[in-house]
Amino acid sequence: MNLKEIPTSPARLELENVSAGYNGTLALQEITFAVPHGQRVAVIGPNGAGKSTLFKALVGLLPLRSGVIRIHGQTLRQHQDCVAYVPQREEVDWRFPVTVRDVVTMGRFGRTGWLRRPSPADQAVVERCMQQMGVAALAQKPIGELSGGQQQRVFLARALAQEPHILLMDEPFTGVDASTQEATLQLLDRLREERVTVLVSTHDLDLAARRFDVVCLLNHRLVAYGAPDEVFRAEHIREAFGGQTLSIDGVIVVDQCCSGEEEPGHVHGQAGGHG
Amino acid sequence: MIHWLLDPLSYAFIQRGLLAALMVGVVCAVIGCYVVLRSMAYLGDALAHAILPGVAVAYLMGGSLTVGALAAAVLVALGIGALSRQGTVKEDTAIGILFAAALSLGVALISTMRTYAVDLSHILFGNVLGVSAGDLALTAGLSVLVLGAVLLLYKPFLVISFDPVLAATLRMPRELLRNLLLVLLALTIVISLQAVGVGLVAAMLVTPAATAYLLSRRLPAMMAISALVGALSSVIGMYASYYANVASGAAIVLTATGFFILAYLFAPGRGVLWKKG
Repeated sequence: MNLKEIPTSPARLELENVSAGYNGTLALQEITFAVPHGQRVAVIGPNGAGKSTLFKALVGLLPLRSGVIRIHGQTLRQHQDCVAYVPQREEVDWRFPVTVRDVVTMGRFGRTGWLRRPSPADQAVVERCMQQMGVAALAQKPIGELSGGQQQRVFLARALAQEPHILLMDEPFTGVDASTQEATLQLLDRLREERVTVLVSTHDLDLAARRFDVVCLLNHRLVAYGAPDEVFRAEHIREAFGGQTLSIDGVIVVDQCCSGEEEPGHVHGQAGGHG
Repeated sequence: MIHWLLDPLSYAFIQRGLLAALMVGVVCAVIGCYVVLRSMAYLGDALAHAILPGVAVAYLMGGSLTVGALAAAVLVALGIGALSRQGTVKEDTAIGILFAAALSLGVALISTMRTYAVDLSHILFGNVLGVSAGDLALTAGLSVLVLGAVLLLYKPFLVISFDPVLAATLRMPRELLRNLLLVLLALTIVISLQAVGVGLVAAMLVTPAATAYLLSRRLPAMMAISALVGALSSVIGMYASYYANVASGAAIVLTATGFFILAYLFAPGRGVLWKKG
């Protein structure tokens, strides 16, 4: 395994020999990488490769079996409110009685304090974030009455309202319409200007190659980490995706037939290389 | 009409019973919103039954029944949490085991007493007309405590219920809050004991909150409507109990069920008949 060290310091998010998992199985094994401040990282890998586990470990939801995660050089426990997480759609209880504004306002709770009402300044941030994501007109609506794309934008608006240093998005491009996908990508561009570090897990290898600075290829272990053209090499792709790959005329095709509610069909990613 | 309403109130024990039922109705309904939204109905029922051995031990030792009940409920709540956190058994299995064991232990202890039948039926189905002035003061104190905690901790409880991942990213003490909610639930069940009894307290937790869920779109509104439904059920149930001479706990729960059926059929936008129309 030849991992290219990215010589940027100070790295703002560092993982050192991180292993984590549920009930005996280790979904993540000895992951080590460092993300410099403001980078945009695509996390890719086959289903069950540990992408969601990685995110759960990063937010502190899953205790580590071994290793250390550091943000700004300090371990996870010492940080409050600098990591925002946009959950996968299935993780949210859409029948919960909250409106769009309620959800976005939750993004300010870490800053307002737990016992006080949101200040006028907090409310202004909430309003601005709803407008940025195009959900201000829906502010009074219960989240269960929105379309899938609108629901995702609400959670993006909440992540913005947290004013995070690190933003994690779990499969934001899966099962949403083209305009929501575009809105999400535009948000990523704006966050780059604000020097927010972003980690996005995705099945869309093409998007990962075109729109991200760094690609993190996982299959329980870290298979490759670096710029897209370094990671998208035949040997890496085969190592990570194994039987899901097919070599056609020197182009590796990855067949990721997805689970759940997605359209039947295939997400194809291509990796140039001489196979 | 006025006489019809005021006549029962000429008895002091009915005044006390009505006040106790009213407070219990409101507190159960408010904390019940979290029970419904977090799918804790089974846990609530189990906690209620788990109180039995605590009450029995307190009775045998001549101590305060309320303290005994509270100790048992808190022990079982934390026991369920610990047993299921290991992941060896699922939570509903853990609840089932502890709940049946506690109930059996309670019945076994109570059956050693001489006044077995009467005491057991009071614990199982309540005896709201036996509320003493001291009981009433204790109920009032605990009601204020539970409602105060729910209001004060509105934001943390909202976040751990709606989005545990956000709670984790905000570094909230999730375990502590979850256990605190269980303790508040246990307190609520303890004060409900005399009004509706172990057997019916789950209904007081779930039915008004489920009714309010169908009629509201935000949690604060759900809590307010739930409290109103709980209060109305208690008052209407007490009068029905007086005039129709039925058990008061049962009358209160049946009234709440009536409200739920109305909401289920006619709730704007959500009711069965509304959707068809």
